[in-house]
Amino acid sequence: MRFALPVAALVIVPVLAACTSTTTDSGGAAGAGGPITVTSSDSGCDVSSASAPAGNLTFNVTNNGSKVTEFYLYSADGKRVVGEVENIGPGLSGKLIVTAAEGTYQTACKPGMVGQGIRADFTVRKPAGGAQAPSEDAVLISRAQNEYRAYVQKQADLLVSRTKAFVTAYRAGQDDRARALYPEARFPWEAIETVAESFGDLDPRTDAREADLTSGQKWTGWHRIEKDLWPPATGYTQLSMKERTYYGTDLLKNVTTVRDRIKGLTFTTDQIANGSSGLLEEVATGKVTGEEEYWSHTDLWDFAANVHGAEVAFEDVKPILEKRDPALAKQLTARFADLDRLLAEQKRGHGYVLYTDLSRAEVKRLADAVNAVSEPLSHLTAAVLP
Amino acid sequence: MTQVSRRGLIGSGAGVAGVALGAAGGWYAGDHAAHATTSGNPTTYPFRGAHQAGIVTPAQDRLHFAAFDITTRSRGELVGLLKAWTSAAERMTQGLSAGPVGPTEGAPLAPPDDTGEAIGLSPGGLTLTFGFGPGMFRDARGRDRFGLADRQPEALRDLPHFAADALDPTRSRGDICVQACSEDPQVAVHAIRNLARIGFGTVAVRWSQLGFGRTSTTSTSQSTPRNLFGFKDGTANVKAEQSADLEKFVWVDPADDQEWLGGGSYLVARRINMHIETWDRQGLQPQEQVVGRTKGAGAPLSGGTEFTAIDLAVKGTDGPLIPIDSHVSVVSPDRNDGVRMLRRGYNFVDGSNALGGLDAGLFFIAYVRDPRTHFIPLQARMASNDAMMEYLQFTSSAIFAVPPGTKSGEHVGRALFA
Repeated sequence: MRFALPVAALVIVPVLAACTSTTTDSGGAAGAGGPITVTSSDSGCDVSSASAPAGNLTFNVTNNGSKVTEFYLYSADGKRVVGEVENIGPGLSGKLIVTAAEGTYQTACKPGMVGQGIRADFTVRKPAGGAQAPSEDAVLISRAQNEYRAYVQKQADLLVSRTKAFVTAYRAGQDDRARALYPEARFPWEAIETVAESFGDLDPRTDAREADLTSGQKWTGWHRIEKDLWPPATGYTQLSMKERTYYGTDLLKNVTTVRDRIKGLTFTTDQIANGSSGLLEEVATGKVTGEEEYWSHTDLWDFAANVHGAEVAFEDVKPILEKRDPALAKQLTARFADLDRLLAEQKRGHGYVLYTDLSRAEVKRLADAVNAVSEPLSHLTAAVLP
Repeated sequence: MTQVSRRGLIGSGAGVAGVALGAAGGWYAGDHAAHATTSGNPTTYPFRGAHQAGIVTPAQDRLHFAAFDITTRSRGELVGLLKAWTSAAERMTQGLSAGPVGPTEGAPLAPPDDTGEAIGLSPGGLTLTFGFGPGMFRDARGRDRFGLADRQPEALRDLPHFAADALDPTRSRGDICVQACSEDPQVAVHAIRNLARIGFGTVAVRWSQLGFGRTSTTSTSQSTPRNLFGFKDGTANVKAEQSADLEKFVWVDPADDQEWLGGGSYLVARRINMHIETWDRQGLQPQEQVVGRTKGAGAPLSGGTEFTAIDLAVKGTDGPLIPIDSHVSVVSPDRNDGVRMLRRGYNFVDGSNALGGLDAGLFFIAYVRDPRTHFIPLQARMASNDAMMEYLQFTSSAIFAVPPGTKSGEHVGRALFA
């Protein structure tokens, strides 16, 4: 299954979802109390109101400081992110739209994107007479969408920073270091693979395997470099330093584009659920068979990353599922735990054993556990839809 | 109408599955008019009865046999699966969809509870027969798995190694088996596929085998088919009409060992590869000498027609007309304490091997009352004495206890778990 995320979907931004950091459009869904203005500076976080009526809240965040900033809405204990808007450059603004129920929260600006941020209490009060309080569903859906979006953006940022380190080592001819960094750099890609590969123009340039190529198609991306770092014993000519620079730079450029495009994405509940089952399908068809990392045999890193991404997506929609189909929620939780336990057995240091070191019986056990999750997971989308 | 979620059946215990079974009854007449069968053999056999169907049922022409490993550690989940399987199996044998919703009637974004390839196909006499392997009772180290160890029949042990066994462990043994037989191969495959799907997370398919062309006759109403050696096979089989022999050689008596198995049987499955190309280079007469029957009519070499009793005593100029190492001689009841078995095997061809030879042979299935007396001695004799062994290689081996028939309102194997 392909992740249902055509580029056209970007236009249809769900009412409840958060928007991008660079949008300054003041239209769209504003709370009953109107937009709340947030001014973030290098040392301050000025929120125009410390309370708002329950429903869709809109925070218009302006960065008046000199550092890149972020704005968060946290739960009362200050630990769980209810909504966030990241990467607001100096002089720019961003917007967070979130559906919030009555209760207490914390707001936070994070100039420099580090630390606890500058926090303040925030109260969501009973809507004014006659206005409808948001349904519990709407709150859960909004939370799921915000959490998943935050996860995907974090992985996308990791993808760029780790790829940069990998490409630097590869271009410098530090092959051992590049080989060690390769599976780690691929991890965030694989964790959000269903999103990353939804950009039909970039996926083939980034993640094509040699066997995927059509005649005449130029082979670039991760696996081109993989083959160069783990070359076949005979019949292969190593890439020159100039070629290394070309392929490395090209890869970094493409993953950066992926990251930038992801920044503009929001996800509907069914996209999150489909993303979860889609990632498990990636495991079943490419990773558990050892086909993905043909030269490096680091398939288990990808496997673990796919499962991680699927599990995060599942956890994000789980509160909705628990209301609609608690038996399915319980079953999926248990089966993900089984799969995690099995995968943990193959952990070595920071990474995993090579696929080629797995016995046939171990591969079968992993495949069985993947099937055990995948079958109930295939019911997730229909179950969480309103 | 209330929809019964198939997912609710898996692992969620007795209450839910009981409801589903009840609800399934209500669906029979109504919804599935839309899937009225349109082609093929409309025969159906009752799923429930004193014995499981698919044993003395006139052998259908096609087989899909699957062996499963139990992956859950929970007895409750295992019982839940048997209930869900019972419901789906009963439905499919009656020509209905695997789940109560149907292949095209469900929510658009949910995977259908039936995979759909049997839409419009007649059941073709589909039978689904369940068996329990030794691994359901004890693990490889002999430890009790589900509190059933004291109910494991003594006779339910992995078969010993026989000469010419070249077993592939990945397609031998199994904790549970399902034998699906139908006149329509697609119906048989559909049944196994949907049962496997229901089982994910509780069981995992260990191996499965397709068979085409029955190689035995389980009713006197059937003509004797041929195996891939080109010979009639199953002439001397125990048949449905021979009730005294069924009691003696096929059905387990509750007093034999474990009471829960009374009315059941033991299923021995052996994948027998034939060296087809070598066999085909043998002369007609040497082939008949190996088998002990004529290739055309299937008459014993001692004379008569197909159903004439074999006479091992008749001598020609060079010794017995039926050579002492011929197949019919080695396995004849006369030389095996009068033992007979009910065989229900199928020809198989799994394409070709790496050297271009047919990966083909006979998937042997036998139902016996006690493998220790009714199968193992015979197989041992055959492995060491039978001239046919030169052309055979045993590549898979499994044994299962086949519980008795499922009564109304019960699930497969209920007596074992009671």
